[in-house]
Amino acid sequence: MTASRKPTVAVYKFSSCDGCQLGLLNLEDELLDLVGLVEIAFFLEARRQVQPGPYDIGLVEGSVSTEEEVERIKKIREECGLLITIGTCATAGGVQALRNFGNLEQLTDIVYQHPEYIHALPHSTAVAEHVDVDLEIWGCPVNKYQVAEAIAALLQKRKPRLPEYSVCLECKLQGNTCILVANGTPCLGPITRAGCGAICPNMNRGCYGCFGPCPSAEIEAFAPVLKSLERYPGEAVHLLRTISGNAPAFRQAAEIILDKEA
Amino acid sequence: MAKTIEVPALARVEGEGGLYIAVKDGEAREIRVDIYEPPRFFEGFLQGRFLQDVPDITARICGICPVAYQMSSVRALENALDITVSDQVRLMRNLLYCAEFIESHVLHIFMLQAPDLTGHESVITLAQDAPEVVTDALRSKKIGNTLLRVIGGRSVHPVNACVGGWYRWPDAEELNAMLPDLEWGLEHAIESVRWAATLPYPDFEVDYEFVATHNDSEYGILDGGILSSKYGSIEEKDFEKYFPETHVSHSNAVHSHDQDGNPYFVGPLARYNLNFEQLGKTAQKIAKEIKAVPPLNNPYKSLIARTIEVVEVYDRAIRLIKEYKPKGPSALKLELKAGEGAAASEAPRGLLYHRYQVDKDGFIQKAQIMPPTAQNLARMEADLWQLSPMVLKMEHEEATLTCEHLLRAYDPCISCATHFLTLTMEELD
Repeated sequence: MTASRKPTVAVYKFSSCDGCQLGLLNLEDELLDLVGLVEIAFFLEARRQVQPGPYDIGLVEGSVSTEEEVERIKKIREECGLLITIGTCATAGGVQALRNFGNLEQLTDIVYQHPEYIHALPHSTAVAEHVDVDLEIWGCPVNKYQVAEAIAALLQKRKPRLPEYSVCLECKLQGNTCILVANGTPCLGPITRAGCGAICPNMNRGCYGCFGPCPSAEIEAFAPVLKSLERYPGEAVHLLRTISGNAPAFRQAAEIILDKEA
Repeated sequence: MAKTIEVPALARVEGEGGLYIAVKDGEAREIRVDIYEPPRFFEGFLQGRFLQDVPDITARICGICPVAYQMSSVRALENALDITVSDQVRLMRNLLYCAEFIESHVLHIFMLQAPDLTGHESVITLAQDAPEVVTDALRSKKIGNTLLRVIGGRSVHPVNACVGGWYRWPDAEELNAMLPDLEWGLEHAIESVRWAATLPYPDFEVDYEFVATHNDSEYGILDGGILSSKYGSIEEKDFEKYFPETHVSHSNAVHSHDQDGNPYFVGPLARYNLNFEQLGKTAQKIAKEIKAVPPLNNPYKSLIARTIEVVEVYDRAIRLIKEYKPKGPSALKLELKAGEGAAASEAPRGLLYHRYQVDKDGFIQKAQIMPPTAQNLARMEADLWQLSPMVLKMEHEEATLTCEHLLRAYDPCISCATHFLTLTMEELD
């Protein structure tokens, strides 16, 4: 990044729902300022004009789930100075990583009349499993202000301020009564990274882990607690395997529970 | 004459796909709308999940219209359990849907399609020439997103909707505080209709078969049943008999045709033509002022229908908030039983159909989802055939833009269709 020109940003889509890219377009109050600070050089969802790379910052939405995506992410790594994953798909494989716990052939047979037309990898994986990633932003969807903070921090050459504590802290700060302790509602808040604003406990329901595991998650202690709160058989594993099921800590928690049942 | 046109991927649509036009002796010989969005197998991994997980998972099919996925899911599952939610629960679902229509339509009108009609490559360059158009649009879009957040906790993948109702009643005071913004939004929406009427639409009309949700008592979005311009009134449970889907080799999406093998059209133009009588007074008044009464058969003018729908949903949102009086439990206690249920509701880009089979313990045995863009794919290809003689006389850049613009006017959601655009025009040997 030189002072003589605006840094260039590229936004890429892999296997995803578009919700995290939409987060950028949903920065209604900040969008026009952002466009003043950086050059949106490649962002197909927003503009037709494409500037050739290399780019200073690459934002990747979506998981790697096809052979073509495995090759494409390598090329993107080469053309971006800094590579940032936006959202749980790019950071951990996303909801489509639920296939990792099943059988792809069976799934294809269920969904498509002509499975022979379908080409997909048996696993949906995080970008970091294929190339080096400089910053990972969790969330399904990402908190758009975290993406804005990351870009602002990079422009100011400082470390982005992104929370590493659990959803519980956000929940307590809002004065909520703990739904897990008081009501026995299965809730992933204690092992999930903050960032959403504890919106599920605010709605009187358990957290389902959109922002992935927090670094300090006490998996071994929490797994049996979660299991003991099940309202139907298998709920604990299902809860862990919803949005961030392929994140290593959530995978581990589900395996602890399944091993005990076996 | 246009030939061998190639665009890396269609811009300003949600998701990614391609367009292929093969030309021989100055005529189109093969036309395909390709979807290369990777398959994500939702219907597969929903099997075995508890029914209450479904709205959270299906929301992830589409970040632009998660509410549509949640509403078709919960209604289909409630139909499977033979339960009917309370009037206040339904009122709030209707309001959540208004919020999604505002956010999604304003995004599409101003940020995705308007650049085509005003000679811009994007909203970024449009903002340089007409900053007030863009700042007002952003304000309106923000109102939609704020309403989504107040009701659902966040605008993308909201978390409050469940089978049986709501996890928590949305706060009436917070909603009432939004009324001044919604009144501004309604005025802006009415001005947007007048602005849309001044734009230069390509001259192109098609005799469409329209299909949309229909409700006798209001402009159909959330529920009611299905109306087809060909078959008339259809019950939700009979939808697949009339509109079976087929899997086409060049696409990860499933294509839909009617039972006679013909393509059909879902989306704002279908709703508008089929349900004009049910529009509220405010929307009808502005539609008549700009002389946009049905039939409206130009796909590019879907933008006009969208602007009128934004008037309708702002007007409706204001009324619903005034009528909102939450009382009693926010959700029904579910009595589980084996069953099957189907439901159709209107995503901003068209009819979205879901059908589920559940077992006696509430686990999904089978899920069937027909997204609007998958249903429109066959129709888009048919439109391109009809458009091709005109396009093939154009210069390269104009031909490319005219094809792209047509597909953008459908507001395709390729992520939804799973399951979409490189424009390749090839001269066959």
